[in-house]
Amino acid sequence: MSQGHDQTSRPEWTRPRAVPEPEAVFRLQVNGSSREVTCRRDTPMLYVLRNDLGLTGSRFGCGLAQCGACMVLLDGHPTPSCDLPVWAAEGHEVTTVEGLSDDPVMRTLQDAFIDRQAAQCGYCMSGILVSACALLHSDDEPPRHAIAEALDRNLCRCGSHGRVLAAVTDAARTMRAHGSGDEPTQDGDRPQHDDRPQGAARPLGSTP
Amino acid sequence: MSTPLPPQAVPFGYSLQRNPLLSHWVGFPHGGQVEVRVGKVELGQGIVTALGQIAAEELDVAWSRVQVVPAATDRSPDEGLTAGSRSIMDSGSALRAVCAEVRRLLLSLASARSGAPVEGLEVHDGEVRDAAGTVQGSYWTLLRREQLDVPVTGEAAAKAPARHGIVGHSVRRRDLDRKLTGAPSFVHDLRLPGQLYGRVVRPPSPGACLLDVDDSAARALPSVCGVVRQGSFLGVVADREEEAIRATELLRAGARWQEQETLPVDPDWLDSLPGHPAEVSQVERREDPDAAARVVDVHRASYGRAYLAHGSLGPGAAVARWDGDDVSVWTHTQGIFPLRRALAAALDMDPDQFTVQHVEGAGCYGHNSADDVALDAVLLARAMPGRPVQVVWSREDEFAWEPFSPAMVAEVSAGIDEAGDLVTWEQHAWSNGHDSRPGFFGQPGLLGYWHAADVPAPAASDPSLAIGGGTGRNAVPPYVVADLDVQAHRLLVAPLRTSALRGLGATVNVFAIESAMDELAERAGADPVEYRMRHLPDERARTVLRTAAEQAGWYDRPTEDSVGWGVGYSRYKDVCGYCAVVARVEAVSEVRVTDLWVTVDAGQVINPDGLVNQIEGGAIQAASWSLLEEVTFDARTVTSRDWEGYPILRFADVPQVHVTVLPRPDDPPLGVGEVAGGPVAAALANGLADAIGVRVRRLPLTPERIAAVIEAG
Repeated sequence: MSQGHDQTSRPEWTRPRAVPEPEAVFRLQVNGSSREVTCRRDTPMLYVLRNDLGLTGSRFGCGLAQCGACMVLLDGHPTPSCDLPVWAAEGHEVTTVEGLSDDPVMRTLQDAFIDRQAAQCGYCMSGILVSACALLHSDDEPPRHAIAEALDRNLCRCGSHGRVLAAVTDAARTMRAHGSGDEPTQDGDRPQHDDRPQGAARPLGSTP
Repeated sequence: MSTPLPPQAVPFGYSLQRNPLLSHWVGFPHGGQVEVRVGKVELGQGIVTALGQIAAEELDVAWSRVQVVPAATDRSPDEGLTAGSRSIMDSGSALRAVCAEVRRLLLSLASARSGAPVEGLEVHDGEVRDAAGTVQGSYWTLLRREQLDVPVTGEAAAKAPARHGIVGHSVRRRDLDRKLTGAPSFVHDLRLPGQLYGRVVRPPSPGACLLDVDDSAARALPSVCGVVRQGSFLGVVADREEEAIRATELLRAGARWQEQETLPVDPDWLDSLPGHPAEVSQVERREDPDAAARVVDVHRASYGRAYLAHGSLGPGAAVARWDGDDVSVWTHTQGIFPLRRALAAALDMDPDQFTVQHVEGAGCYGHNSADDVALDAVLLARAMPGRPVQVVWSREDEFAWEPFSPAMVAEVSAGIDEAGDLVTWEQHAWSNGHDSRPGFFGQPGLLGYWHAADVPAPAASDPSLAIGGGTGRNAVPPYVVADLDVQAHRLLVAPLRTSALRGLGATVNVFAIESAMDELAERAGADPVEYRMRHLPDERARTVLRTAAEQAGWYDRPTEDSVGWGVGYSRYKDVCGYCAVVARVEAVSEVRVTDLWVTVDAGQVINPDGLVNQIEGGAIQAASWSLLEEVTFDARTVTSRDWEGYPILRFADVPQVHVTVLPRPDDPPLGVGEVAGGPVAAALANGLADAIGVRVRRLPLTPERIAAVIEAG
């Protein structure tokens, strides 16, 4: 007889407690709007987004912060929302894939993903786009390995990786061309700047 | 010992035999739309787009007019399963015949009305025009619905490929815009009025029975609406999703289980598969009484692989609602009609009481949790009449309870003559069955059913050899061999539940054959590509292999430290697409594949970019299987329960995949969704052997396994 296998992968917040946290009201900044939700303080943001706020673009993949399908921006930084309790999101700007729909970088990325048909089932793509969007806000000419590194916390099971890497590269090129008025250049033509300092771009996820 | 399921057969022509009326497939609603109904479902492979292209092409309507209706049992033709790389071959050929016939019907109606001979009429974007260009009606004005209630005859000629304007073009998938903007796209995203959230507490191990459960703590949660227990099936429904999850933990803490140690823990258990009780099938036998005398040497080796998980990125999900005696189910199953039969069998109800509607899920790559979670939702919804209940599996349950691709071993004995050429080939493939899909022959085949009834899952069956087999799939080498004996041994005792994963037994059989061919080439002192060419009679196969070698620069490949090149070839199921792969492998501290050159002959191609996408994805997935993946377990239960315990290839590690598709517009289309698995696995092992001179015959090619081979000498 047993209480079951030692299931260490189970998220910590679900482990039984003597006294469950009471419900409370939380005031959140989501996609530029103030929102109030009533739930327990350890409720993961993913469920607040998907069920209380109707933002189902952030997908549930693992609940363990291992796959990136639920990636959102927390003050501009890619963060798995399945692992982010609602209390910790208070006082911070949460931006989901839906909230980036008017972001020029996200739109450029989405166009590039469509052009490359860079998806199969598409379940992982919200999270990938959020991670890629954050990357291109801080670096408009990332080499392939930097893109791969920025997407390291995002899993894809269909094997769309090559198209995703190419689409992010395309989007960066389009952004540079639009920014400078230059025509897009071919991959092989463009100079490599692997050692440039990162950052110095405007914060992402702040209210547009 | 458990009773195997009977073989499951979907014979060729099933789609039209079951659904012979034109109206089963197409309709012309007002507003100039064309409604196309198919029984095949979108799994992320782009099939809905490709089938819509075929309809638009044969009907001569603009692509933008075509709407492919999501499959549902109350409106779609029953086409069985979306599986086996058969969708273009089955559904595509049915649609081609139907739409050609509808177009011919339109022309004859227009001819009868206008008096103009049919030969002088043409269809342009759905309108009939005569020689002067005058419009003589359209699908929407001339065809009445009942005129489509006639069986297809197959007599209308389909268009010649040279006239194709939509088929053969890389039309963009319509579903991707939604998926790339985060719009609701998946069954996980359904939010029906009054929807509740259900979760199931799975047993701790496959052999466990629920003795008793104290559910008071779970029921005390304000959000919890009810707890359902039937046998070892234990679930909860709540009005908040996270509270349903919390409740499962409280239930788990209050549950007492009787567990058993049912799983093999011997480190050599994979090697010991041959010899276990099995049902034997003769896959092929060719006898040459003179062969034995010519054999001067025999290569004997065993190749294999542990259990693999499908590992869908999104776990299984479904919504169900009971309205009186009628049940509605929203599901990402691969077969809405088989699932309906399975649900009816599980609940001892009439299939007509169920309406099963397909809503997309994450890519499944075969039989995963999709069907099981539908029964979970139905069982929990039964306790909440009139309320939709959505169930989403946890990641942990997904890894622990999905049916795995069986552990498998293929033993090869190849006899060669003086020149090193093949004379005899004996191959024995050993694995549990590769097919335990629900809904066939009255079998529920669903996890929740077994748990509720406290009965073990029966050992999986295999598809019949006539439709490609399972354990014996692609076990016959495509090479010239005088004397050949190939047998499939389907194991009858199943420690873990198994079923179909992309490729079924072909992955290991091709891995075995193509590894052995490299080992034989080395004995013969021949180049691996040249050695295959010496034995490969099929001209299309030769072209595919030659092209892959040329694309990869095989003959000019540089010699670099710790870098190797490997090749693999197969024609999936011997009737689908041809595929050859060349891999460039780096082996330093771990095995890394930098490039895969994949050449495919798929016959006529409906959507070239869609096909390339499938090949790229299949190649990367096969590389992940071959380099990293293995289900682990202890004596009681599965221990690889998350992405750390079951790692897959990540962005930094994926190879560049270079796909070449041979132009064959005048040949029938051949399925390609599963062609890459075996050739990629073999090309990687062959590339590793070329890089470091170590032949690894067990997948995945981990540093530990390589070290073990080196140590064993």
